[in-house]
Amino acid sequence: MSEAASSSGALRPFSAGQYAVCLAGVVWREGLRFLHQRERFVSALVRPLVWLFIFAAGFRSVLGVSIIPPYDTYVLYEVYITPGLMAMIQLFNGMQSSLSMVYDREMGNMRTLLVSPFPRWFLLGAKLFAGVAVSILQVAAYLVIAYFWEIEPPSKWGYLTVLPALALSGLMLGALGMLLSSVIRQLENFAGVMNFVIFPMFFASSALYPLWRVKESGLLLYYFCAVNPFTHAVELIRFAFYQQIAWDSLAAVAGYAALFLIAAIRAYDPAKGMLQRRGG
Amino acid sequence: MTGVAPALSVKHLSHAYGARKALDDVSFSVTRGAFAVLLGLNGAGKSTLFSLATGLYAARQGSVEIMGHDVAAAPSEALRRLGVVFQARTLDLELSLTQNLLYHAALHGIGPGEGKRLAAQALARAGIGERARDKARDLSGGQMRRVEIARALLHKPSLLLLDEPTVGLDIKARADILAHVRGLVAQENLAVLWTTHLIDEVEPRDQVIVLHQGRVLADGAAAEIVATQKAKAIGEAFETLTTGLRE
Repeated sequence: MSEAASSSGALRPFSAGQYAVCLAGVVWREGLRFLHQRERFVSALVRPLVWLFIFAAGFRSVLGVSIIPPYDTYVLYEVYITPGLMAMIQLFNGMQSSLSMVYDREMGNMRTLLVSPFPRWFLLGAKLFAGVAVSILQVAAYLVIAYFWEIEPPSKWGYLTVLPALALSGLMLGALGMLLSSVIRQLENFAGVMNFVIFPMFFASSALYPLWRVKESGLLLYYFCAVNPFTHAVELIRFAFYQQIAWDSLAAVAGYAALFLIAAIRAYDPAKGMLQRRGG
Repeated sequence: MTGVAPALSVKHLSHAYGARKALDDVSFSVTRGAFAVLLGLNGAGKSTLFSLATGLYAARQGSVEIMGHDVAAAPSEALRRLGVVFQARTLDLELSLTQNLLYHAALHGIGPGEGKRLAAQALARAGIGERARDKARDLSGGQMRRVEIARALLHKPSLLLLDEPTVGLDIKARADILAHVRGLVAQENLAVLWTTHLIDEVEPRDQVIVLHQGRVLADGAAAEIVATQKAKAIGEAFETLTTGLRE
C-alpha cells in the first residue's frame, strides 16, 4: 500500500475538481440505477398518463375551469392538470427515493455514501441533486407523450422556462423525502406515506382544481391548500410553463425547500440527528 | 503529531440508546499493520462501535481516532484513511463490479480515469479481475465480500474495518476471505479491525478485544488472554470471561 505510510501525514484538502468528481459520480450512479430499474421508469410514466387519459378525459365535462392566470383563454382540463401531474411525478420520485432509504438494503447504500470523506451536507446535497435530475428526466418523458396529446406550452420556450421551476420543486420534494427517510423508523409499506403524505398533499392542492373552487366548499380546507407546499410547486410549474413567474409560489417553494433541506441535513448530522435513535 | 499514532485509537467511548447503555467506557487501540479481532456476541455493542468509528453516529462520551485524526473533530481526515466493509451487503446489484468501484472512487474524489485503473488493480488483487464487467447480482456471497473488500481498499486506506464479514458465508468462503485479509495485512502493512462472534477466526498471535455487554473484558494477544484465564483455547477463555460477568 504505497500511500499507507504517507497517509498518516496531512493530505491535501479536496479541490473543487474533486468535489465535481464526487457530484458527477453520485448523479451517474443514480442515473444508472434509474435506467436499470425499468419498471420504476414505466410506473413513473404510467401514473400521470392514467390521470391524463382516464381521469382528465372523464372529468373534463364535470370540472369546468374558468379563465385564471396564467391562462388567458379557456383551457382543456387536460391542460389545466398537466402542471399538477408534472409535480406529482416529482412528488412520487422524492417519496420513492426516501422510502428506498428506509429499507435496510438501501440504508446500506446510504452508509457507503455517508462514509465518504466529503462533508455530509455536500453528500446529501449531491444525492438530492441526482434525484432532481432523474425526476426532470421523468417529467420530460411525460411531456413528450403529452405533446402528442396536444398538450404543450404556448411557446416552445416554455419547455426551457419550466426547467428552473422543476429543479426548485424537485429539490423541495426531494428534501422532504430525505427528511422523512431520517425520521421514519421503519416503513415496510408504501401505504403509510401514501395516506399521510402523498394523498393529502396531492388532493389538497391546486393540482386537480383551482383553489377558488376549494374556497367555495370550505374555508378551512382552502387555507390548508393555500399553505400546502405542493400547491406552490404546482403553481410555480404552471406559470413557468407559460413563461411567467408566480412570485408568491416561488418564495414559498424556496422557503419550504430551505426549511426541509436544513431539517434533513440536521437529521443526518451524526451529533444531532435522528439517525442514532434507530439503534444499532 | 501523527507519526506514532496507532491506526485506531478508541478512548473512553460510551454510548446509549435512551436508557440502554450500548457501550460503557470502551478503550483500546490497534497498532499499524496489525490484525485485531473485536470478539463479542450479538448485542455486545460491536455494531454501535462500528457506527461511531465510521462517523455515522457521534460519540456522546469519549473519542475515536483513525491514524491520529479524531472522527468527530476531523471527519474528512479520518475517513480518508479508513476503509469499511459493512455487515449488510452494500453493493449495487444492478451495476457491474467496475461501476460499483468507480462510484466508490468518485466518493473519494478520484475521477473515472484513475478510478478505472485502481478498480482493475483492486479486482485483480482480489482474484476476480475477470468478472469486472459482470453485474454484482451474478456473484456468490463470498465473491461479493471480496468485491466489497476490494472497494474498501480502493482509495488506499491505512485501516480497514470489517463488521462480521463472514456472516452468511459457507465454510470455504469464510476461510478464503479470512486468508485474503490476513494476506493483505502481511503484505501491505494494513491495519485491520475484524469484528466477529466466531471464535475459530482467531489465531493465537492476533490482538483480541473481548467486548461484552458494552464493556471491554480483555484486550491483548489471544495467547496471553488464554494464559491469563488459564484456559486451553480462546473459546474457553471467552466463555470464562463472559460467564464470569453474568454470574
